[in-house]
Amino acid sequence: MAARIVRDDLIAGGIFVLLGSYFALEALNYPLGTPFRMGPGFMPVALGGVLVALGLAILLKSLRGGENVDQHAPPWRAIVLISGAVVFFGLTIRGLGLVPTVFITVAITALASRMNNILAALIIALGMTVLCTLVFAVGLRVTVPLFGPWLRF
Amino acid sequence: MDIFASLGLGFATALEPMNILYCFIGVLLGTLVGVLPGIGPTATIAMLLPITFSLSPVGALIMLAGIYYGAQYGGSTTAILINLPGESSSAVTAIDGYQMARKGRAGPALATAALGSFFAGSVATLLLAFFAPPLARAALSFGPPEYFALIVLGLLVSIALAHGSILKALAMIVLGLLLGMVGQDIYTGTPRFTFGFRELFSGLNFVSVAVGVFGVAEILRNLESEKNREVMVKKVTNLWLTRDDFRRITAPVLRGTALGSVLGILPGGGHILSAFASYSAEKRLSKTPQEFGKGAIEGVAGPESANNAAAQTSFIPLLTLGIPAHPVMALMVGAFILQGITPGPNVINDEPALFWGIIASMWIGNLLLVLLNLPLIGLWVKMLTIPYRVLFPAIVIFACIGCYSINNNIFDVYGIVFFGLLGYVLIRLGCEPAPLLLGFVLGPLLEEHFRRAMIISRGDFSVFVTRPISAVLLALALGVVILALLPSLRRKRAEVFVEED
Repeated sequence: MAARIVRDDLIAGGIFVLLGSYFALEALNYPLGTPFRMGPGFMPVALGGVLVALGLAILLKSLRGGENVDQHAPPWRAIVLISGAVVFFGLTIRGLGLVPTVFITVAITALASRMNNILAALIIALGMTVLCTLVFAVGLRVTVPLFGPWLRF
Repeated sequence: MDIFASLGLGFATALEPMNILYCFIGVLLGTLVGVLPGIGPTATIAMLLPITFSLSPVGALIMLAGIYYGAQYGGSTTAILINLPGESSSAVTAIDGYQMARKGRAGPALATAALGSFFAGSVATLLLAFFAPPLARAALSFGPPEYFALIVLGLLVSIALAHGSILKALAMIVLGLLLGMVGQDIYTGTPRFTFGFRELFSGLNFVSVAVGVFGVAEILRNLESEKNREVMVKKVTNLWLTRDDFRRITAPVLRGTALGSVLGILPGGGHILSAFASYSAEKRLSKTPQEFGKGAIEGVAGPESANNAAAQTSFIPLLTLGIPAHPVMALMVGAFILQGITPGPNVINDEPALFWGIIASMWIGNLLLVLLNLPLIGLWVKMLTIPYRVLFPAIVIFACIGCYSINNNIFDVYGIVFFGLLGYVLIRLGCEPAPLLLGFVLGPLLEEHFRRAMIISRGDFSVFVTRPISAVLLALALGVVILALLPSLRRKRAEVFVEED
């Protein structure tokens, strides 16, 4: 096997270096304190530094070469639809209430699978709406209104 | 209080009708998620945490514990019937269990798994009852330096037992620790890493983190390549074991129980390790090692007992020290805290009914599991045919509602997206999510004890090596990392985990 840069490790190392530097640099804005009375900045600065060091070590190791693992392509459709569905849930749960929000969120989520067509998604959404209403509103009496203020006239 | 009086109190608590009901719901849900693909106990417990809010502390914890060990049972059912371990610890069971099923001996394989697990679970629960109180007493003398050392040890052992790159696991722990520090500083109240959002002052919600990295990230991972699961065994008949079978499984069950009980106490997934250890031990001790991999009943009995024993004893560090051994236990810490109880050595004295009630409920739960699993196996086989495309929307919506209903905080819902995507990217790059969650839960504790220790020692860092207990614990932690980095052991680890993938 010819020595090649390990792509995954290179990216992972890079991510850790970036995140570590963010935490360390941001924490420098907080009082560090003394070893006796540590300020809020002390631990994050120290741990951020450790994370940068670990990230660099992973980076360096990736340059020494190794095997790349073949993977499936990322499921872009699912990534977009599921993230979108959850954000939609957050945006509308207060305004629309439990029933409409659950129905639409589940329908969007179900479409993330290539095996679901629109009809299947709507059926799953209907089923989950009934189930969630029974479990959360009737069974557990969660304090979310069934239909929110946006739907009251 | 002597042990029998304590156990009596425990059973009195666990046998209250409502608590039996919670225990039953717990093991039922646990079996369900163990059987269903793509959702594990970590994500389930995270989603159900908000629901347990309204229950009594005993009921809530009994139910959550039931989900955890119930999932071990369910996981072995799928391992045997369709060669797909529902839980990573059942991966070994799949090797011989599935071969038994192909030979038409699915019934005896399932019965072996259930009976072995029941025996192991009962023994391990007894061990828990005997060893937890003295350990808790010892832990009462721990000061901040000892706790700091203990947390460090727990975190580092967890990476030695994880598979994959050790550097990456270490980085995931540190990232988890840092994420745990988001929010107001415990001593000064200074908001840290909040980007000015008030909603982040109380910190990131650990339910968001858990359902993000264990729920959403896992769903995305599964949607990379969709395929239908084939259930080969449509009907399971003849659950009875022959006299010969009983003779063959006795010793493996005993050995598996012993191995699992010991390894379960180790932080970081001792139940997975113990199943592998038991399998290789049985293979080495067997007079007919060539049968292993072709449907040897010993290869089901040993690992199944081991992983279930380990599942019970992994409660020991949690109940006595307040230190979680793996992500599920980390969520249990969260459950204790939501109920207003600080997990640790004080629980046994302050809340004896709770402590002993949980222990007694485990025994009842194990009994319920045998009843649930053997006669109702047909039902679980039907469950296996639920397609994943129906399941994952359910997981997502339950996660959203559950997470939102904790504090009615929309930020917690957005947190699911953030951690789902972050988790997906990192898992894809070969980083394990478990150390991140452990680090996240232990981060605030680590910082608190570290800073308290420094105040006690007046700023002298040597306090950690001059106090004997903390010095020993830190030396052990260092030893674990060195061992894990040694080339010979790394090869062994690779071998062990290769079978799992």
